[in-house]
Amino acid sequence: MLREETPSLPIIKPLDMAARAVGAACNRPRVAISLAILAAFFLVGIFANELAPYDAFVKQYDANGNLLRLLPPSADHLLGTTLFGRDVFSQLILGTRTALIVGFLTAIATSVIGVNIGLLAGYFGGKLDGALMRMTDVVFCVPILPFSIVALSILNRSTWWIITVMSLLFWPIAARVIRSQVLSLKERPFTDAARMSGARPLRIIYKHIAPNVLPQAFVHGVFAIAWAITTEASINFLGFGDPNMISWGTIIYDVFTSMVSYTAWWWFLPPGICLMLVVGAFYLVAEAYEEVANPRLQER
Amino acid sequence: MGQFQAALRYMARRAAVAFATLFVLATLLFILFRLVPGDPTLTVLSPALSPENQAELRQRFGLDQPLIVQYGLYLTNMATGHFGISFSRATPVVALIGERVVNTLVLMLPALILAYVLGIFGGALIAWKRGTLLEKSATLFAIVFRAAPIFWMCIVFIVVFSHWLGLFPEGHMLTPGASSDSGISQFLSLDFLRHLVLPLVVMTIYYGCYPLLVMRTSMLEVLHDDFIELCKAKGLSERDVVFRHALRASLLPITSSVALLAAYAVAGSVLVEAVFSWPGIGLLMVSAVLDSDYPVAQAAFLLIAVLTVMGNLIADLLYGLVDPRIRYS
Repeated sequence: MLREETPSLPIIKPLDMAARAVGAACNRPRVAISLAILAAFFLVGIFANELAPYDAFVKQYDANGNLLRLLPPSADHLLGTTLFGRDVFSQLILGTRTALIVGFLTAIATSVIGVNIGLLAGYFGGKLDGALMRMTDVVFCVPILPFSIVALSILNRSTWWIITVMSLLFWPIAARVIRSQVLSLKERPFTDAARMSGARPLRIIYKHIAPNVLPQAFVHGVFAIAWAITTEASINFLGFGDPNMISWGTIIYDVFTSMVSYTAWWWFLPPGICLMLVVGAFYLVAEAYEEVANPRLQER
Repeated sequence: MGQFQAALRYMARRAAVAFATLFVLATLLFILFRLVPGDPTLTVLSPALSPENQAELRQRFGLDQPLIVQYGLYLTNMATGHFGISFSRATPVVALIGERVVNTLVLMLPALILAYVLGIFGGALIAWKRGTLLEKSATLFAIVFRAAPIFWMCIVFIVVFSHWLGLFPEGHMLTPGASSDSGISQFLSLDFLRHLVLPLVVMTIYYGCYPLLVMRTSMLEVLHDDFIELCKAKGLSERDVVFRHALRASLLPITSSVALLAAYAVAGSVLVEAVFSWPGIGLLMVSAVLDSDYPVAQAAFLLIAVLTVMGNLIADLLYGLVDPRIRYS
């Protein structure tokens, strides 16, 4: 989304934007609900260790030493237990933390890559632009999920590798959007002024141009959180997850491979519902912020 | 004429990028498979083969040669379709993958077409009926289902329609032994269609939510435009205004979203195939990777990459066709 008209003042403060976004959210129940859902999940993620009633990795036994397999929900186990006697509620809480860590780290890393490539390609143009954009085209065509599976099977099944692989593949969209914005920003008077006052290219890029692309970078970042959480869950569901970290995708994989999806609803439904709530909320927030960050859309 | 040449040049450039992507992916794959812990030659040689066969394959793939020669041989083999011998099935990989691609497309293409047709007309309809219960519930449905993990949705559908209601089979493409048909006729059998329903419905919903929402937003915008007033003033019926004029003007945001579609469609189809045991290329890849059947995994991945790249290429060309403002510069 290119900003087409030239505003008289080039400076857009992301925090102002955020404040306006929150203001706009209050007028739209859909967005307000999303923000509330996200706030709740954040708290759960941050205080996961305090909130989890049991150790999510430990098998639970009753007083006689029998494994508590597939218990339906009860006061002791709010969401019952798994086939392996583990507490579902505790797993769900730890999975929240994993999802948020994966989402945020990937979004930050991939936005940093995409924004920088977009800035450099857009500002310098010429051969550098050509090279960077061809690279962008190539990475854009990589089938992300299949590639991640092949890479993880060879590298190592760890959440950190999942984050790395996704960060290295998600950035082309941001790079393209930011580049097209930079193309118009570098023609603006304030960039000329900076250039004539002797500022070096890198200073112009990072001091004068970058702040203006931050809102778009932010929009992309929030979308990237949603993609990262979904993709990580998919990788885990296919059985390539980190055995040392509990993720919602892994929980669904465990139910599915145990062939009890149609009876143990307390084990099967919660992780899917959590994914739906968190991913859906991030989508709606990203779209709301996009409307605020993009004047053309806002005038509707 | 100049326009036509420019379009040709544009297509040639896109095709070059597509080719470069495949080359880069093949190279990455080569590097990755050399990182396999232990003997890298194990990625081509099944430990189960007899020593003579091993020696023969070693020579065919140049595993006794320096790395750079191996790389050259690898690229030649990939380009000419010599993907090696499957470890677990002991058959040439080429024989395995052809029908798998067909099976994948038989599910993916109808889902994509249905999703876009329903998304576009549905989105136009609910934008027209703004404020009604229909619009509100359809929008909520799309927002919820867009966010739902597709593999989980598949299982929900299997539980409800297969286990509880017993309407459709819970997986696979054909009942084993039920039909002796092969080739195209198997896709026309009732048995196949029964197996097709559930995965097709889930995939259509999964692919369709996004176009529905995009279409709704863009229609709402267009319905405020001046030319709509003009159409109404001309005396056109409201239905004609919405479905003939406003709909066409609202299509642009959809076509730009198509750029993201190929990767999205491929990921969705891998997951759907995995849950429904649908014998497509995605399921083949996942199971080959899990079994460490490297030749099959490699070939399946490259074919999926070819599908993605071609999907992007087609999306690009469609975009140029639909958007009259694009001038291939």
